[in-house]
Amino acid sequence: MPTSLTLEFSGGSEFLVGNQKEHKVSLPIDQPTVSQLIQWIKKEILTDHNRDDLFVMDDSVRPGVLVLVNECDWELLERNETILKDGDVVTFISTLHGG
Amino acid sequence: MPIPCSTEACTSAATIKRSKDGSAVCATCFTRRFEEDVHETISATNLFKRGEKVAIGASGGKDSTVLAYVMKVLNARHDYGLELILLSIDEGIKGYRDDSLKSVERNKIEYELPLTILSYKDLYGWSMDEIVARIGKKNNCTFCGVFRRQALDRGAYKLGATKLVTGHNADDIAETVLMNLLRGDVARLQRCTNICTGDDGGSLPRAKPLKYTFEKDIVMYARVNKLEYFYTECIYAPNSYRNFARDYIKKLERVRPRAILDIIYSGESIAVRKEVALPVLGRCSRCGYISSQKLCKACLLIEGLNTNQLDLGIKRKVTTETKTGCGKDKTGSSCGCSNEDKVQSIDF
Repeated sequence: MPTSLTLEFSGGSEFLVGNQKEHKVSLPIDQPTVSQLIQWIKKEILTDHNRDDLFVMDDSVRPGVLVLVNECDWELLERNETILKDGDVVTFISTLHGG
Repeated sequence: MPIPCSTEACTSAATIKRSKDGSAVCATCFTRRFEEDVHETISATNLFKRGEKVAIGASGGKDSTVLAYVMKVLNARHDYGLELILLSIDEGIKGYRDDSLKSVERNKIEYELPLTILSYKDLYGWSMDEIVARIGKKNNCTFCGVFRRQALDRGAYKLGATKLVTGHNADDIAETVLMNLLRGDVARLQRCTNICTGDDGGSLPRAKPLKYTFEKDIVMYARVNKLEYFYTECIYAPNSYRNFARDYIKKLERVRPRAILDIIYSGESIAVRKEVALPVLGRCSRCGYISSQKLCKACLLIEGLNTNQLDLGIKRKVTTETKTGCGKDKTGSSCGCSNEDKVQSIDF
């Protein structure tokens, strides 16, 4: 069963996904992990492939990108292994973009 | 299964893991503890005196936006008795500052703090775009950094401030420790972790109230308090040396967040052996700004731009160059011509 999610990109990470902050998406995976979501994002919605590495590194986000699941810091959850449910809101905040 | 907030008597669920100490807290307790940590840093170091006029170096970015907000909150809550003002620098990078200055304008209105904007063009005769057009993208961050540092000091002095505060956070300071170590710059290595520099008389003291505050916590603070800030990748940044240090620190942080505080602690604790020669700080003969050389770094860089000696002030090695050499001796040692006005160039 596919999983519907709301993705929010901010802090500069939205520049990597077509300069759009909010994305409503449907993943063709039942209860995906955050890690699976990140790989899916890399494949499907990262538009600037020259700068993929500003978002993805190995099987996770690049260090310096913060992740929230339903406004909760992923460091209090299972990080990469956090299981996502239908309707969840996942937020990515880059701290790597200067001011 | 929600984790409870670690604050005693708080019944909310935790939503943030504080980088500072790894504790799990709710948004309200996070905000309170963030502010009180900064207050503790300020009070433990007696950073401000009552009645001081404090200029906040404001870029519109996350660090200075959070600093301006927290300074305003703490000044009121703990009655510091400070007069706070915002100071911004316009480097003259087309499309880069336009939006960030709008963000500073918003800080000015929302936080009700007076704002002054000074430009590189006004201060040095060159905008960053003009500099990049002249020298290319290799050393432009050197120009930008040196010019910005002086611009804030000069601007703050001009505004009659008695202290300048900047938004440098713990991650920034750890990066700087590492960079100074990698460059063998022991003079800077020794002083870069000081919470306040230039307070020994002569120049305007500048302080870093967020020196123990993690970048992650700053971004979380901005989010939970709905502080809007400006961000972009500086369009000239990809070549900068700092990015390598930054990357390394971020990777260390993921494995062990405390590494950042430990690097700062190493910097704070380091003592340079007394037989190591350190530059004696004097004054620039041209502009009067504090300098270890006859000409300060900014004046040296301007000299290079104006006379088309584009590596002046940039060269890595300590060299002696004739100011307007006859060009006969390419090794850079004295060419024997009548111009004896020599300029020493040391990389900063």
